[in-house]
Amino acid sequence: MRALDRKLVRDLWRLRGQVLAIGLVIASGIAVLVMSLSTVESLRDTSNAYYERYRFADIFSGLERAPIRLKNRIADIPGVQTVQTRIVKIAVLDIEGFEEPIIGQLVSIPERGEPLLNQLALRDGRLVSPGRVDEAVISEPFADAHELRVGDHLEAIMNGNKRTLDVVGIALAPEFVYAIGPGALMPDDKRFGILWMGRKALASAYDLDGAFNDVSLSLLVNTEPEYVIQQLDQLTKDYGSIGAIARKDQISNWFLMNEIDQMRTMSMLLPTIFLTVAAFLTQMVLSRLIATERSEIGLLKAFGYTRLQVAWHYSRMIMAISAIGILLGWILGTWLGRYQTGLYAELYRFPFLYFRPSIATFAVSALISIAAALVGSMRAVYNAATLPPAEAMLPPSPPVYKQRKNIITHLLAWLDQPTRIIFRQLARWPIRSMLTSIGVAFAVGVLVMSLSWFDAIREIIDVYFFDAQRQDITIGLSHEQGDQVVYELSHLPGVLSVEPSRIVSTEFHALNRKHRGTIQGILPSAILNPVYDVDRGIVPIYSDGLSLNSMLAKKLQVAVGDTVHVKILQERRPEIVLPVVDIFESYIGMPAYMNLDALNRLMKEGKQVEYLNLLVDVKHESKLFAKLKELPDVAAVSLLQAAIDTFNKTMAETLLIYVTIFSSFGCVLAFGLVYNSTRITLSERGRELATLRVLGFTRAEISYILLGEVGLLIAVALPIGCMFGYGLSWIIVSAFETELYRVPLVIQPSTYGKAIIIALAATAFSALLVRRRLDRLNLIKVLKTRE
Amino acid sequence: MQADNNIQSGNYESKVTLSAKALSKIYQTGDVKVHALRDVDLSLYESELVVLLGASGSGKSTLVNIIGGLDTPTSGQVFFYDDDLTAYNDHQLTMFRRENVGFVFQFYNLIPSLTALENVALVTEISKNPMQAAEALAIVGLTDRINHFPAQLSGGEQQRVAIARAIAKRPSILLCDEPTGALDSKTGILVLEAIERVNQELGTTTILITHNAVISDMADRVITLADGQVKSISENSKRCKPKDLTW
Repeated sequence: MRALDRKLVRDLWRLRGQVLAIGLVIASGIAVLVMSLSTVESLRDTSNAYYERYRFADIFSGLERAPIRLKNRIADIPGVQTVQTRIVKIAVLDIEGFEEPIIGQLVSIPERGEPLLNQLALRDGRLVSPGRVDEAVISEPFADAHELRVGDHLEAIMNGNKRTLDVVGIALAPEFVYAIGPGALMPDDKRFGILWMGRKALASAYDLDGAFNDVSLSLLVNTEPEYVIQQLDQLTKDYGSIGAIARKDQISNWFLMNEIDQMRTMSMLLPTIFLTVAAFLTQMVLSRLIATERSEIGLLKAFGYTRLQVAWHYSRMIMAISAIGILLGWILGTWLGRYQTGLYAELYRFPFLYFRPSIATFAVSALISIAAALVGSMRAVYNAATLPPAEAMLPPSPPVYKQRKNIITHLLAWLDQPTRIIFRQLARWPIRSMLTSIGVAFAVGVLVMSLSWFDAIREIIDVYFFDAQRQDITIGLSHEQGDQVVYELSHLPGVLSVEPSRIVSTEFHALNRKHRGTIQGILPSAILNPVYDVDRGIVPIYSDGLSLNSMLAKKLQVAVGDTVHVKILQERRPEIVLPVVDIFESYIGMPAYMNLDALNRLMKEGKQVEYLNLLVDVKHESKLFAKLKELPDVAAVSLLQAAIDTFNKTMAETLLIYVTIFSSFGCVLAFGLVYNSTRITLSERGRELATLRVLGFTRAEISYILLGEVGLLIAVALPIGCMFGYGLSWIIVSAFETELYRVPLVIQPSTYGKAIIIALAATAFSALLVRRRLDRLNLIKVLKTRE
Repeated sequence: MQADNNIQSGNYESKVTLSAKALSKIYQTGDVKVHALRDVDLSLYESELVVLLGASGSGKSTLVNIIGGLDTPTSGQVFFYDDDLTAYNDHQLTMFRRENVGFVFQFYNLIPSLTALENVALVTEISKNPMQAAEALAIVGLTDRINHFPAQLSGGEQQRVAIARAIAKRPSILLCDEPTGALDSKTGILVLEAIERVNQELGTTTILITHNAVISDMADRVITLADGQVKSISENSKRCKPKDLTW
């Protein structure tokens, strides 16, 4: 090892505290990047492999009832590779010991062999035996939630008849990666499950012999789904089809892809923020570090080392520090990525999980941070290398302070000398002071941004689940019925109030823009589930047009007063041009509302209802549940409280992890910055502080001068940091705007408070470490050495 | 040692401000032991000006550091009047320095961000019975430079600010470690005049460390150290004025 290499190693060891602090900051940036990218890659690779291996279909269509011979005509559509017809139904399930009604989605599988498409990944047991009508394979999350095993039984009310079913297998399927019940946002495995049964069993139960009500297609390569969907809709429109959808709109896949997209956004955004801050800190700290190495640089050059050699020496120092950060970041990022992927695998169920972060992820992260560190400290290295050796060996000329007559001079007159030292020091290096403050502000900003997630979710829950929905239970009927059902249900035990609504599948057109969604018809008197604007509260429903959610209005590019071409996709498939009469803001989904009577008129039907919102007396809940399980026409029962609980649980699990990770990184930023700038200030001003000790100042008094300076910079940084936090949250919120969610920009005062307290704690910790060094100042050396 | 006894028993009537008994200091660096002081006995009297002479490494700085409460001896005792400094903890030593000792260093050690007046005020703000900062600067002849920052002052002026800073608290002892070491002779004499004036007017016991033998002519007593021991103590019958010194 050459002497210069030894110096490098020993310098790094001598500066280990600072090296580690910078390394941790770099590691934070790298870890976020590796974590996000590896999770995105993992989810993408896993779902691709899953879809391919278990033959996930390309096109899906649900219908009322179609004769089996239609299958051949569908297969003849150019571009179609495989056709799989099925029977898919919703049924209420009953499991002993679980009071509330459970919704089961019944899906037929061939009597013999595997389905051609949407195959089952069998986890336990077997598929149903040919001809057996009382056997079912159940979905794994549902089985786990109820601790059901092969050999257990459950009851299903199929078409009004109660059947006892034997569980013969437990499985997963690519179309139910994200398995949610009708109208739900998140999987609730206790209240929703998939049951695969033999084709004959379902056909006889639902009177669909020689018929099917669901078809899936796979396409030949390079086939446009749009064209096939058009052809398929032509063939199925007389059989009650509500229109086929491509894989990208299939509910489970749509949620999954949405999540991957969101994570991809995050993998671009958050690491950029962290790496920028890290690069900024690295450059700030390294340039000051090199400035303190002045005399050694002079010495090296006096010995005859060239500029290039000196520059290379310090560049290597920077690279070594970055390398430590990168290595730590890689390890941490991989670990976090694996952990995060595992978390997602709880929500999105895969039979296997690939976690193979690509080399590119690691290489990109390393390159970015080394480049950032080098660019950041280039100036300091250049300055060091070009300094004439004689000058470099002298201390930098004493800083010149000037007496200025201004308001600050007058203010200073009121202060004691130590406080004046603090203020003059800051005023002497305003840029450096400002950079330190900005750095700490970034850290506070990151903390505010991380913690504000809780506020945003709290706001979503308050608005979506409490203000906008006031019912206890929503009941979905198996098909539309006359409004006498409102009267019937209001007489069930414990029911205090019933409010009807109807949801119809719709395609909205405005010029060349299109959206496939639903129109919900509600009564003008609706108070349980009204149209709710996040700012205006309950807004009236008008009888002469559409009330659109703002995101939908944005997608269609329409404003109040514009018209939308509405194509209803069910029953008589009416088409009509309707004016937009109101645009309201909501956080979840892209709902559109109409007056229920107007919707029924549009459908050319009488007073029909499909959903019923119930206000219920909790005391009679058990009786009501028991009654609901018996009603033949009830296809879906969803409990608001259960939805809130699921939302809370899922959010608590995923969000808490995120917030913890990012808050920790925020702390690391604050700590790294404060520790380094205080340490460097100490080495720059150790002599001055030791002199004060000699003059009779106590340790506390000199700590006041050093830490007071840092304290003042942090005091300035805190409000700026809160503003940064608001800005960062705004960026994140804007980037997260999807058709599914709009995250509101809400930051509670207490969140700012928490961020400030965490930042102060991190600062206090680093100040404490430096304070220990201050206590060990060598007083005697000061008397003998020249500055 | 003999000389010291003579002086203590004979000519001096003044009260002893500071005394050292069997003072030893051993620095241990790695396996090497350095005896910086070996068994030094010494007394300093009120109002006297002592020049401490000695070659580099003779132990004079170590001695002054211990007397000034910056360092602790390996063995032996130091008394400030009747108080045993060697029994003091760090905080007590700090308070001792704050109230009783004025330091003047070779390289001035002024705070660059404070003006001359503020550098002095730095000390008067924390001591019990100080003089006005401006008054201290007047004693060293710097009345017209009080609002200048160190970088705007010459070396001699900076050292005089350091002296003003050291005496403003009315210390019992003024310790000057090579105060002229970084100055040319003309400026050095200005600084020595300021030190002498303080000694004369305020009656502060003053110790002046130097390796410049010429300066010893301005002292009441000259103590010479070599190899960590007191080699000789001599008394000047008449103190020279600094302006009469040449080197």
